[in-house]
Amino acid sequence: MKYKVMVGLEMHCEISETNTKVFSGAANLYTDKPNVNIRPVDMAFPGTLPVVNKEAVRKALMASMILNCRQPEYLYFERKNYYYPDLPKGFQITQETKPAPIGIYGKLKFECDGEAKEVRINNLHLEEDAASSDHMARTSKINYNRAGVPLLELVTEPDIRSADEAVAFLETMRSIYQYAGISEADSKKGQIRCDVNVSLMEEDKDETNPENWGTKIEIKNVNSFGGVRDAINYEIERQTALKESGEYEKMEQQTRRWDEESGTTIFMRSKVDAIDYKYFVEPNIPKIKLSSEWLEQIRKEIPRLANERKETYINEYGISNYDATILVKEKLVADFYEEAISLGADPKSASNWITTNLLGSLNKLELTITDITLTPEMLASLIKLVENKEISSKQAKEVFADCLTSGKTPKEVVKEKGMVQMSDTTEIVRIANEVLDENPDVIEQYKKGRTNVVDFLVGQIMKKTRGTANPTIARSTMALEIEKR
Amino acid sequence: MGYMSKSILEIHEALKNGEVTSEELVKEAIQKSHEVNEKCNAFVTILDDVKGSKVTDDLLSGIPYGVKDNYSTKGVLSTGSSNTLKDYVPFFNATAIENLTNRGAVMVNKTVLDEFGMGGTGTTGHTGIVKNPWDTSKMCAGSSAGSAAAVAAGVYPYATGSDTGDSIRKPAAYCGIVGYKPTYGMISRYGLFPFASSLDHCGALTRSVEDAAIAVDGMKGIDLNDMTSWDSKDINLFESLNDDVKGKKLCYVKEICDIANYPDASDELKKHLANFMKMVDKCRELGMEVEEVSVDQKLLEAQPSVYVVISCAEATSNMSNLTGFIFGPRSEGDTWEEEMVNYRTKGFSPLIKRRFVIGSYVLQAENKDRYFHNAQRVRRLLVDRWNELFKKYDAVILPVGSGPAKPLEGSSDMLDKQTQILEDHLQIGNFGGFPSITIPDGFVNGLPVALNITGKCYDDVNVLNIAYALEKNMDYKNQIAKEVQ
Repeated sequence: MKYKVMVGLEMHCEISETNTKVFSGAANLYTDKPNVNIRPVDMAFPGTLPVVNKEAVRKALMASMILNCRQPEYLYFERKNYYYPDLPKGFQITQETKPAPIGIYGKLKFECDGEAKEVRINNLHLEEDAASSDHMARTSKINYNRAGVPLLELVTEPDIRSADEAVAFLETMRSIYQYAGISEADSKKGQIRCDVNVSLMEEDKDETNPENWGTKIEIKNVNSFGGVRDAINYEIERQTALKESGEYEKMEQQTRRWDEESGTTIFMRSKVDAIDYKYFVEPNIPKIKLSSEWLEQIRKEIPRLANERKETYINEYGISNYDATILVKEKLVADFYEEAISLGADPKSASNWITTNLLGSLNKLELTITDITLTPEMLASLIKLVENKEISSKQAKEVFADCLTSGKTPKEVVKEKGMVQMSDTTEIVRIANEVLDENPDVIEQYKKGRTNVVDFLVGQIMKKTRGTANPTIARSTMALEIEKR
Repeated sequence: MGYMSKSILEIHEALKNGEVTSEELVKEAIQKSHEVNEKCNAFVTILDDVKGSKVTDDLLSGIPYGVKDNYSTKGVLSTGSSNTLKDYVPFFNATAIENLTNRGAVMVNKTVLDEFGMGGTGTTGHTGIVKNPWDTSKMCAGSSAGSAAAVAAGVYPYATGSDTGDSIRKPAAYCGIVGYKPTYGMISRYGLFPFASSLDHCGALTRSVEDAAIAVDGMKGIDLNDMTSWDSKDINLFESLNDDVKGKKLCYVKEICDIANYPDASDELKKHLANFMKMVDKCRELGMEVEEVSVDQKLLEAQPSVYVVISCAEATSNMSNLTGFIFGPRSEGDTWEEEMVNYRTKGFSPLIKRRFVIGSYVLQAENKDRYFHNAQRVRRLLVDRWNELFKKYDAVILPVGSGPAKPLEGSSDMLDKQTQILEDHLQIGNFGGFPSITIPDGFVNGLPVALNITGKCYDDVNVLNIAYALEKNMDYKNQIAKEVQ
């Protein structure tokens, strides 16, 4: 018997690109220093009140629009009540599907291994993150920097059919968050966290009828895309084995935990033990009317996303689909590329430099594009140097390697290394004639048909210019000048 | 006879004339605080070392006042009269206190309340029972018990209070003074320890309508830290006072005021209601129209339960920040759960725990619609009914409670079923956020009784003017408690 895999995702992504937290005036800034970005409300000191960050709402609405969700007429927030040391208020301010979250019933197209896919979005809501805790043997440490950081939770329908599809979807979402300026979406900074729902159903049954669906198993706190892939694959294997042994139907709806070390999922609680969060509308935040003008303005402000940019690169710049895909994979790389072009770099050369040299070097040096000193301006200037034949492409690679982290500009490196090619034709003509004047015998040999003496004469130009003359120009000039004799 | 039993205007004049200094006033207030504490147990903290302040043109400058102990006061113990915060010294001021401080007002003590405002007797604070200065065998009512006792005893001309059900207006009645809760959001709640956020109001207890206007002028103002606050800079309550009330229309509710509703009426109740009707006649003498209106008995009967459900639900959630981890005396325990449970079990009084249980119960998924949502629906119906009255009438005038202060002996927070609506109707003012003021309107068996005037939202000036005119034509303005035997 074959089974159809049904995967639904809950993706939490911090909105990192606001100045302040979602209900607090504290800085929304990732830092290694614990407990520095805190206002009294982040630690729930008695009497403190939440104040909604309009920019966080704007960004959340933008995400809602990109996901083709409906936006609510009024914005409400709800309290989700539970006790945990990393939740200072004893409740999280979040949104429920009723009355209306920031986005509801959307869909998103994405690509997995070159195949077009679509996933329905059940809802998107804006909430606050909890503090982070570090558990030691006898004690725990709590860091409140993260408490109150804006968080977007996206809930999909179970439309995903494999671990690869899940990861492709998540990568698309990450790209959207980055391109829309909503979040760095950096899982290394803990900005992305996922819960994964996995169930199996008989392959030949109708998937549009929920009665045919299998038992929903929720896996909590998967914190990397690799983890998502492994957790889904593990769960498919585990559930398939249960199907085969006939135990699947006996299994109750449950929540499990992904254990990265063992690469397994571990039982946490069954549905009957589900926590009652006692939701109710947050009374300290009046319901906020979202004007259609504001929504329209936000819609207009949606930046060009990866797909749109990719199309431009292919259609307008003549970049291959393969290279264009590489260029848009990370927004910062695409931004770098576009800035270089806007500064006059040839789009194809810039693409070549970035996809081969730049990304290759970053990979080799284990750096990110933010770690380097090479700027788009420097890349554009380097490309110009080659175009103008001031340096050879071989020299250019050397210059590039130097500029990557030295803080020097290509021109500085070229000068420092004495690489500048003499491309001033008048000057080369003058020197060529000087060489000819000094070598009348060689001219004679040339006239007798020994054309290879030109090599010697070009060599003399190079000698006189201490190697700085552009060799191609030197050769063509010499060929012309000797003919005049 | 000192200055502290005088009105704010009189004291201000004396300060301006140089008759007395702020320093001397503070000294008098501190000395009186100790006397009254001895007799009534009204204070959690008396600020013996506090200094006077500079006298300016601001009416409140240089003048001592008291602060209910559920206001966050920077550097000064703020307990909410609870063991859970018995050692809590905040590092920030509530906005209302900050506003008063900026005007040069001088806080001289922190007054006892029912634990976190959750009580109507003044007997549940962690420092013990507050006694009524008119008769120490009687209660002050609550929860602003200490503030009411202190103002009535002449410690200072005003004290701050908070009012979730009737916590300013009921103790004011029992102590023969004025209690005023302005429109929801006129005074910021930032820094007020929350009880039930959608019902909580800040306000003042004074000995005259004029002082109430001056005190609230000093506390109010829009606050970026409280999204429910609104801009009232165009409203100057004190300067708007005007006793010309000719042609104003008032109404009273038959189902609350008619003695025929109370077949087992006590002698006190009969006298109280008869006195109230005399005041209604007085209103007519002043040129106001007063009509009797009828409100659905069922709606009125549901009102106290609606209050219990909503206030307990919000309170349960609001007080989830009290865990002993961040503030408050931390408890022992082997796990964080144990520490938290021990702290809350030891710290809260049984009355509060009872309310938490109710609050949790009504929010549970299986009960939420039946209790919490229904309570919200009835709240809406009551508010709609009152708003309907406000279309026709400038204000609703009603008697406060079922008579004068109740005895401490044998008191409980459980109220007599038959007179429950008389005792609880002021909560409608909290349901709607209506401006509401209680003023003394006579004596029953030697103890003060009071009436209440409530108007529509943002119509504070009108409500105050009606009270101002009425007060002028009665003999209870600026009265100081005289102990009755």
